[in-house]
Amino acid sequence: MPAVSKGDGMRGLAVFISDIRNCKSKEAEIKRINKELANIRSKFKGDKALDGYSKKKYVCKLLFIFLLGHDIDFGHMEAVNLLSSNKYTEKQIGYLFISVLVNSNSELIRLINNAIKNDLSSRNPTFMCLALHCIANVGSREMAEAFAGEIPRILVAGDTMDSVKQSAALCLLRLYKASPDLVLMGEWTSRVVHLLNDQHMGVVTAAISLITCLSSKNPDEFKTCVSLAVSRLSRIVSSASTDLQDYTYYFVPAPWLSCKLLRLLQCYPPPEDGAVKGRLVECLETILNKAQEPPKSKKVQHSNAKNAILFEAISLIIHYDSEPNLLVRACNQLGQFLQHRETNLRYLALESMCTLASSEFSHEAVKTHIETVINALKTERDVSVRQRAADLLYAMCDRSNAKQIVAEMLSYLETADYSIREEMVLKVAILAEKYAVDYSWYVDTILNLIRIAGDYVSEEVWYRVIQIVINRDDVQGYAAKTVFEALQAPACHENMVKVGGYILGEFGNLIAGDPRSSPLVQFNLLHSKFHLCSVPTRALLLSAYIKFINLFPETKATIQEVLRSDSQIRNSDVELQQRAVEYLKLSSIASTDVLATVLEEMPPFPERESSILAKLKKKKGPGAVSVELEDGKERGELNGGGDRGGDAAIAASNASTPSPSADLLGLRSTAPASGATPSAGSLLVDVFSEAGPSATSAGVNDDGFLRFVCKNNGVLFENQLLQIGIKSEYRQNLGRMYLFYGNKTSVQFVSFNTTVSCPGELFRSTKTVEPLVEGGAQVQQVINIECLTDFIDAPLLNIKFRYGGALQNISLKLPVTINKFFQPTEMAAADFFQRWKQLSQPQQEAQKIFKASHGMDTEVLKAKLLGLGTALLENVDPNPENYVCAGVIQTKAQQVGCLLRLEPNAQAQMYRLTLRSSKDTVSQRVCDLLAEQF
Amino acid sequence: LVATGVGAKTYRRIRFILIQNRAGKTRLAKWYMQFDDDEKQKLIEEVHAVVTVRDAKHTNFVEFRNFKIIYRRYAGLYFCICVDVTDNNLAYLEGIHNFVEVLNEYFHNVCELDLVFNFYKVYTVVDEMFLAGEIRETSQTKVLKQLLMLQSLE
Repeated sequence: MPAVSKGDGMRGLAVFISDIRNCKSKEAEIKRINKELANIRSKFKGDKALDGYSKKKYVCKLLFIFLLGHDIDFGHMEAVNLLSSNKYTEKQIGYLFISVLVNSNSELIRLINNAIKNDLSSRNPTFMCLALHCIANVGSREMAEAFAGEIPRILVAGDTMDSVKQSAALCLLRLYKASPDLVLMGEWTSRVVHLLNDQHMGVVTAAISLITCLSSKNPDEFKTCVSLAVSRLSRIVSSASTDLQDYTYYFVPAPWLSCKLLRLLQCYPPPEDGAVKGRLVECLETILNKAQEPPKSKKVQHSNAKNAILFEAISLIIHYDSEPNLLVRACNQLGQFLQHRETNLRYLALESMCTLASSEFSHEAVKTHIETVINALKTERDVSVRQRAADLLYAMCDRSNAKQIVAEMLSYLETADYSIREEMVLKVAILAEKYAVDYSWYVDTILNLIRIAGDYVSEEVWYRVIQIVINRDDVQGYAAKTVFEALQAPACHENMVKVGGYILGEFGNLIAGDPRSSPLVQFNLLHSKFHLCSVPTRALLLSAYIKFINLFPETKATIQEVLRSDSQIRNSDVELQQRAVEYLKLSSIASTDVLATVLEEMPPFPERESSILAKLKKKKGPGAVSVELEDGKERGELNGGGDRGGDAAIAASNASTPSPSADLLGLRSTAPASGATPSAGSLLVDVFSEAGPSATSAGVNDDGFLRFVCKNNGVLFENQLLQIGIKSEYRQNLGRMYLFYGNKTSVQFVSFNTTVSCPGELFRSTKTVEPLVEGGAQVQQVINIECLTDFIDAPLLNIKFRYGGALQNISLKLPVTINKFFQPTEMAAADFFQRWKQLSQPQQEAQKIFKASHGMDTEVLKAKLLGLGTALLENVDPNPENYVCAGVIQTKAQQVGCLLRLEPNAQAQMYRLTLRSSKDTVSQRVCDLLAEQF
Repeated sequence: LVATGVGAKTYRRIRFILIQNRAGKTRLAKWYMQFDDDEKQKLIEEVHAVVTVRDAKHTNFVEFRNFKIIYRRYAGLYFCICVDVTDNNLAYLEGIHNFVEVLNEYFHNVCELDLVFNFYKVYTVVDEMFLAGEIRETSQTKVLKQLLMLQSLE
């Protein structure tokens, strides 16, 4: 074979490249390049037409300059001109330039496409391949538009050369990936699939990539490829090592084609046809058998090629996950590789076994290799191999070996590479939780984790241990004891302080009986760490201190002293200062009961997806390996089988955006989402709001008001401190309302004062209440009301009192509505319709169509209409589904007759409500009020 | 790296092929995904940093962003192929070797300088063996025959 000499054919280019290589500095290189660019520019602009050779040489130099990393802003046209040369070398340089320097200049694209078109129809296989390679390299949409129709024809035409077919298949694949909408296989499908039978192995090698891509997108259309692929594979696998001549690589017949065939089969489930399946299983067995045969060559190329096929076959076996015999054989084969002297093989065996571990058929077989894998974790030199060993241990972990595996991972962590520590920590944390039978083991593990690799313990991990300790009261005492002991270490990690602060703040009382861990000892221990900690941890510790005051009144003086010190109360950090001030105040003004309420033990966290698992998934990213798929299956177990549904995602997102300061009391948003428990936050705001109405009581509370339109008795308002009950009765245009104020706390309310302000249409007389409401006591107030004329605005009740020195201010609407003054009126159908017609002026009618907010139960509807105060008229409306009512509103000034019709539409869950009365304002008001009730 | 439209586990392709020397000079860069020039430069540097620190006892595979690099060192040159994480490591490792053997035959004991002075021919060799990120032809005999035929054209 003739040697290719340097720069053969283009001496100028070789000289230029030599010059560049001889440049001593970057500056010299740039100088030389600029000189060359100027030269080329002048040649291109020159009067003398350049011949093909010169053009090729200069374009090639420009390309070289570009590949050195310099911008090229001319020469494109000359390159395009080269495309239409009929000399291969000129055309090749033109196409190369275009492929490397893709230009979106639409004028050029048109010219390029034109040249490609000419070459595609040239019937010269060399030119056709150049054009196809250019399309495959550029793959732009314009090219897809121009050639997506033509290329399939070239691909399947009987007279197309094999090399052109190869290029056409992959060119089409590129266009399909870039613009799937433009590549329509339809009529070509069958002929493309049959390329699997092509005599030329190169054509099969190229076509199978196209078929695999198309199959993965439209498996049904291409499913005939399965049997063809199996028979092709069978022929290759059963051939002798020299049968395939050109396609035998180091005594292995067609290794790449075999891999591609096995990969194609992974687009499909196991073949349904028994004969095809039998043949395939035979192939897989043969591949496994060959792995056991003595090698035909000592060269690594031989074993690599052979094992490439083996690993692909194992992937297929795992993909099918239905042949226990093959799965176990695969596992045994990989087991041998675990101790192979080739690092590559050990790595790949670990990786492949990881997926085998998730199959029920091979899980046990994988587990038998635990010692080897642990050994790999300890002794492998390549960190990526150790990483795979850790992955495999994680994947093979179950209840039977969890303690061993977690212990090994923990000890590995002591020396693990920094790059994989965080992931290891997450894995240990997940396994410890997943397989914790006794939670003291879990707590030990996590605290060890913090001790060994505290820097790599993310917030998710220590949040999670706290969630679990809070939710499981059987482990709380143990956790408190263990963390107390861990904190004894002279240098313990800040994460340990966080967990310690939180757990002792919640459950320190469980170990306070022991004089060695008395409240003061606990406090002093925590506080000895305080000054070494960051601001978020200090904030957490301050919260733990206030919890201590509640748990252990005897620590109050000591802790108050700490809070009062300048370093706390005047801390330059706003968060710390605020906590110190508020906690100090809280501890000095709140009664023990209030303290007990505010600082109550945290309620259990809702069961949800472990935030750690979410983090591990996030860390792994889209290249998720099967380990995580396995996690997906077993999540239920991990979470104690709790109903997670949609909130898993919310929980995960919560967990991934923790508030800036680690928040013990849930003063911000990380608190457990249990709706029943009042947020301690709002209460604190109430307690400390000295001036003006506090956040919760600002504005008038409307909710209670609307609940009383159709009823007269009930609880109008309730918060942490106060409950207001209501009882009322109405006759004619007069009403009497009894208000009961209940003090829910054990502390007296002082300066208790209420005022009722009425709109002008109502008159009221109120007796004042006593200014002192004892803890737990209830006081009553009577309000007499007279309706002078019809009205819309309800009376306002304002309550003010002091609770523990803090001013409370509550404003409420009293539920006095116009319908309270209804007198029911019974009447017959004829009367009703006569009156209905009499009230036919537009302004006399008010109508609303609205969606049902509650169930449409007949009895409930009737009760509400009766509660409205009207008479419910039976057998009046011709449609029995409808309701009609009549009543007269009694005011001092006048009586207003009122008719009502309610038409439910159960199917649409809608109502139409129509009110007619002699006074437009009354129609409208009653209609508005009533529309809110259904 | 943004994986564009590659969802199915079974359908994979080469993302790029790089030939670099120990100093990090690029001797071939063949891209099968769209990257802008800055991104290409970044990838080249990253690959160099990842690969050159590894020794002969290490595997020929290294995780790289969401992908992996399969590489093999020949004298002072690193041949690197970037593929999806689930792709067949050994098939690409031998794919590299097959390619190197073709270069060796074609340039008669190939050395780094051959790749420098004949860079435009190396592209032709690549396109014969790898196209659209897929393996196109694996037979050394067939590839060399085609290359010699092209060599004879002017």
